[in-house]
Amino acid sequence: MTQTLLSAQHITRRFGGLTAIDNVSLELKRGAVHAVIGTNGAGKSTLVSVLSGELAPNEGTIHMNQQNITDWPQPRRARAGLGRSYQRTTIFPSLTVHENCRLTAQANHQHFWSWTPTSRCLKSNEAADRALELAGLSGFGDQIAGLLSHGGKRQLEIAMSLSTHPSVLLLDEPLAGMGSEETDRMLNLLASLKSEHAILLVEHDMDAVFRISDEITVMVNGAVIAHGDPASIKANPLVQTAYLGDDE
Amino acid sequence: MRFILRAVLLLVLLALVLSLPSFASSYYLGLVIKIMIYALFALSLQLLVGCTGLVSLGHSAFFGIAAYFVTLLSPESGAGNMLWLLPGAMLAAMGYAVVTGALALRTKGIYFIMVTLAFAQMAYYVFHDTALGGGTDGIYLYFRPEIRLGDWVVLNIDNQFVFYVFTLACLLLTWAFLALLMRSRFGAALTGIRVNEQRMRAAGFSTFKYKLIAYVIGCGLAGVAGFLYAAKDGYVNPELLAWEQSGLVLLMVILGGMGRLWGAVLGAVALTLLQELFQSHALFGEFASRWHLTFGLAIIALVAVLPQGLAGLPEQLRNRRRSKSISPASAQ
Repeated sequence: MTQTLLSAQHITRRFGGLTAIDNVSLELKRGAVHAVIGTNGAGKSTLVSVLSGELAPNEGTIHMNQQNITDWPQPRRARAGLGRSYQRTTIFPSLTVHENCRLTAQANHQHFWSWTPTSRCLKSNEAADRALELAGLSGFGDQIAGLLSHGGKRQLEIAMSLSTHPSVLLLDEPLAGMGSEETDRMLNLLASLKSEHAILLVEHDMDAVFRISDEITVMVNGAVIAHGDPASIKANPLVQTAYLGDDE
Repeated sequence: MRFILRAVLLLVLLALVLSLPSFASSYYLGLVIKIMIYALFALSLQLLVGCTGLVSLGHSAFFGIAAYFVTLLSPESGAGNMLWLLPGAMLAAMGYAVVTGALALRTKGIYFIMVTLAFAQMAYYVFHDTALGGGTDGIYLYFRPEIRLGDWVVLNIDNQFVFYVFTLACLLLTWAFLALLMRSRFGAALTGIRVNEQRMRAAGFSTFKYKLIAYVIGCGLAGVAGFLYAAKDGYVNPELLAWEQSGLVLLMVILGGMGRLWGAVLGAVALTLLQELFQSHALFGEFASRWHLTFGLAIIALVAVLPQGLAGLPEQLRNRRRSKSISPASAQ
């Protein structure tokens, strides 16, 4: 049974005279990967930023688990179960892989006046172990994060997002710059996460998108021009002209 | 092995520092006290600059406010009670930090530097241009505060040796406090904020709260240094709050090594000694009166030679040795 975890209604975001997102609505359901595709500048990353709370929308509402979170700042949304990863890798390069995850996991166990060293926070350690296992990085815990391969860093980025036990994941181009083998591994990872999470995937790799997605939203110039399952999107003439190219 | 070596080194250093009053002249003892006060001051700034990534150019305000607090509120006829003067001085500095930090921390980078500078200048001009603290002439603190319970004087720091030990204790306590703080979950979060604040917010940390708490703690500790400074000299003037003072302590942190607590202490030792050296008439004769020039040149040279500060020197040397030992092999 699918359950809507996050729902955005009529989101509009303007930067001065530019409307970056124009009246966009979408829903993220548990057990489904919802991909958002579009050309550069279509407003995909802005949409992720608005959903995650980094940017406030000018219009529209966002609900998560039936709660209106439109006015919540990003950290509060994150603690309520909204995780995100970044297009640009945002790991802590000088820490080990495990320490990276422990640090983000600690967000759920914040105690301002606790003097126990962070390494002895049992719950954060457990959460980090679990996230590393989910992301397929179990054997790499002691490695310095900055020395991981590019694909490894992207996996760690996902593991850090998972360490806070989110129910909704917003993934901004997790496959950027990956080789085919790394892409396969990442897609398997996303498929394994699907059952427990509602996933929003912003991605340029069309093959990957059509392989993994259950639902696709196509954006052009900030507005949604099509929405549906992969087959219907592939067949949509509007999408073909605007994005996939006429020649296909 | 390294741990034992470190512990031995630390014990030797401590023994040296504790036995110093028995052979050093009163002048040199005063100099060491001054260094320790600046080390405490630099440690308090290290929490902001090196640990949290908040480059403040207004740290002298909190040093000065605390120094004025203890001077203005000590009775003229006898020693004030440290039991309320010291926490009071810290709270005064922290109070100003809460108000200015809540506003300044809404900015970032270069703007944060400018806003902290502006708030420090505001405090500076309050003491400089009003009669509150004797204007530019400053005011005197006639008696060093003492710890008193009722009529029982627990600790009197009038004696220079006692004051020396007291300052050393304050420095070591601050150092230990900050070391524990940085090892705690709070400290880990601060480190995360320094490296990538955006990621920390995405994980669920309300980073503003963390930065404000760190800012207020750092400013409160600067207040301890200000308190000690006033007690040491028995005289305060607006120059304690001047931006040159903020710049000097920032230099101590940068030159000593950002991010490492002992870097701040090392920086304070090095800069105070350099100042002393270039001001020495015995060594530089007439030129000693133009010590700012040589001091400035020395700082430029040090920053150029030590990009990671004094605390980063061992690592720098190790890396150089390693690259030297690698290069002949790779050439083959």
